[in-house]
Amino acid sequence: MLILECPYCGVNAEETELSAGGEAHLKRFGPGSSDDNFHDYLFVRENPRGVHLERWRHANGCGKWFHAARCTTTLEVFGTYSAQTTEPPQEIKDKISARRPGWSWREFS
Amino acid sequence: MKRYSAFAVAREALRYHTGWERAWRSPEPKRRYDVIIVGAGGHGLATAYFLGKNFGITNVAVIEKGWLGGGNTGRNTTIIRSNYLQDPSAAIYEKARSLYETMSQDVNYNIMFSPRGVIMLAQTEHECRGYKRTAHANALQGVQTEWISPERVKELVPIINLEGPRYPVLGGLWQARGGTARHDAVAWGYARACSAMGMDIIQKCEVTGVRTEAGRVVGVDTTKGAIDCDKLGMVVAGNASVLSEQAGFRLPMESVALQALVSEPIKPCMDVVVMANTVHGYLSQSDKGEMVIGGGTDVYNNYTQRGSFNHVEETVRALNETFPMMSRLKMLRQWGGIVDVTGDRSPIISSTPVGGCFVNCGWGTGGFKAIPGSGWAMAELMATGHSKLAEEFTMTRFREGKFIDESVAAGVAH
Repeated sequence: MLILECPYCGVNAEETELSAGGEAHLKRFGPGSSDDNFHDYLFVRENPRGVHLERWRHANGCGKWFHAARCTTTLEVFGTYSAQTTEPPQEIKDKISARRPGWSWREFS
Repeated sequence: MKRYSAFAVAREALRYHTGWERAWRSPEPKRRYDVIIVGAGGHGLATAYFLGKNFGITNVAVIEKGWLGGGNTGRNTTIIRSNYLQDPSAAIYEKARSLYETMSQDVNYNIMFSPRGVIMLAQTEHECRGYKRTAHANALQGVQTEWISPERVKELVPIINLEGPRYPVLGGLWQARGGTARHDAVAWGYARACSAMGMDIIQKCEVTGVRTEAGRVVGVDTTKGAIDCDKLGMVVAGNASVLSEQAGFRLPMESVALQALVSEPIKPCMDVVVMANTVHGYLSQSDKGEMVIGGGTDVYNNYTQRGSFNHVEETVRALNETFPMMSRLKMLRQWGGIVDVTGDRSPIISSTPVGGCFVNCGWGTGGFKAIPGSGWAMAELMATGHSKLAEEFTMTRFREGKFIDESVAAGVAH
């Protein structure tokens, strides 16, 4: 069972207490953007075997959104961090690097 | 290839079964093939089979990183039905269902197709309206289904409890010609027929890269060396995103685990397939007597082939209310498979931005029932460049907004 620590209230919540919000750090494209960008923003998703960055919501708890760094093949959790950021903090990147040297996810590594 | 028949059984009985040959060869890869199919699951093998049978293309290799039929083909709950709402889905699933009817004879391999009938239970007013609409749509599409009353449901499924306190059974959508088949035998039957046509099925051979020249595919790199090809078909379900990245394009797809479980074997108690979409459970009884139970998908991307524990509890809890006798059953095994879910929950059978490279994926939670139809359409697309059955399932439909809106029918339960 997947257990994530909510970075706001500090609770170690298991997955029935959380709701998954999909890929993290999406750049939003709206009216006036190109068809390619709009298509990719709406439908195309990172679907890696390995390190993945996601949004989660502590739905049956404090109700706040946060980010998590996780491995999709082992379910190992590298860390969770605030939703108020557009990229993973250095501390999280270091934690991932310690476990998965040479990792990359989109433009981050 | 020696044919299987009653005569063959008698002949082998007389000589201590020494004359049975291997069902398919396991050759080393050649340097070059006309067509390479990546993925020796049901869909990949069916594609190869119809390339040979319908188009005479037999210089084909089917490459598999694990063992044949070891992915979702061997992990599903074997349900076959075609009661879909939208025309493109109904067409391809009905094609598949009709091909299943004659498949044992076509490939000379008993796939144990059992057209025992499939009921989809309506347990909310919304489902009643939805399934009545589907029944009308099916009548126009030439798919035989009917809306049945709760009393008729009880006749067909005596062990059901119609008066559940939370989700009473209000009726059902009945497809008498749906049913089940032996899932492994589908892969094995196609593999044997492909091998007999001279195709090479290469197991334990992982594709590590896709080689292209001037925007066209020229071959693949594998753990058994480089292999050249004119055309490449990617039929790898949950791993389609990983493979498409190697070829240099991205798919509108995410991979999640879908799980199933079986109970201890009991005496025959239910001779139809029952699906309860509201509570995310579906149930049939195997020939061995096990109750085969399909559950829900995980809510987050993963490749664990295991599934979340809480879904087991949710599924079994829901089924206990509708089938009270199940509360005494012990569960024997639980497993998961990685399903590839697209933006509109419908599959992709399509050419790609890379010339000569075709993709067949996105069957999500409902691929087994589609195997022969999917192979038929994919083979036609790869051989001729166009397939009527597949034309709505292009990967460009998301850009154009031409979705195939089956998420109600196909979101979870299949």
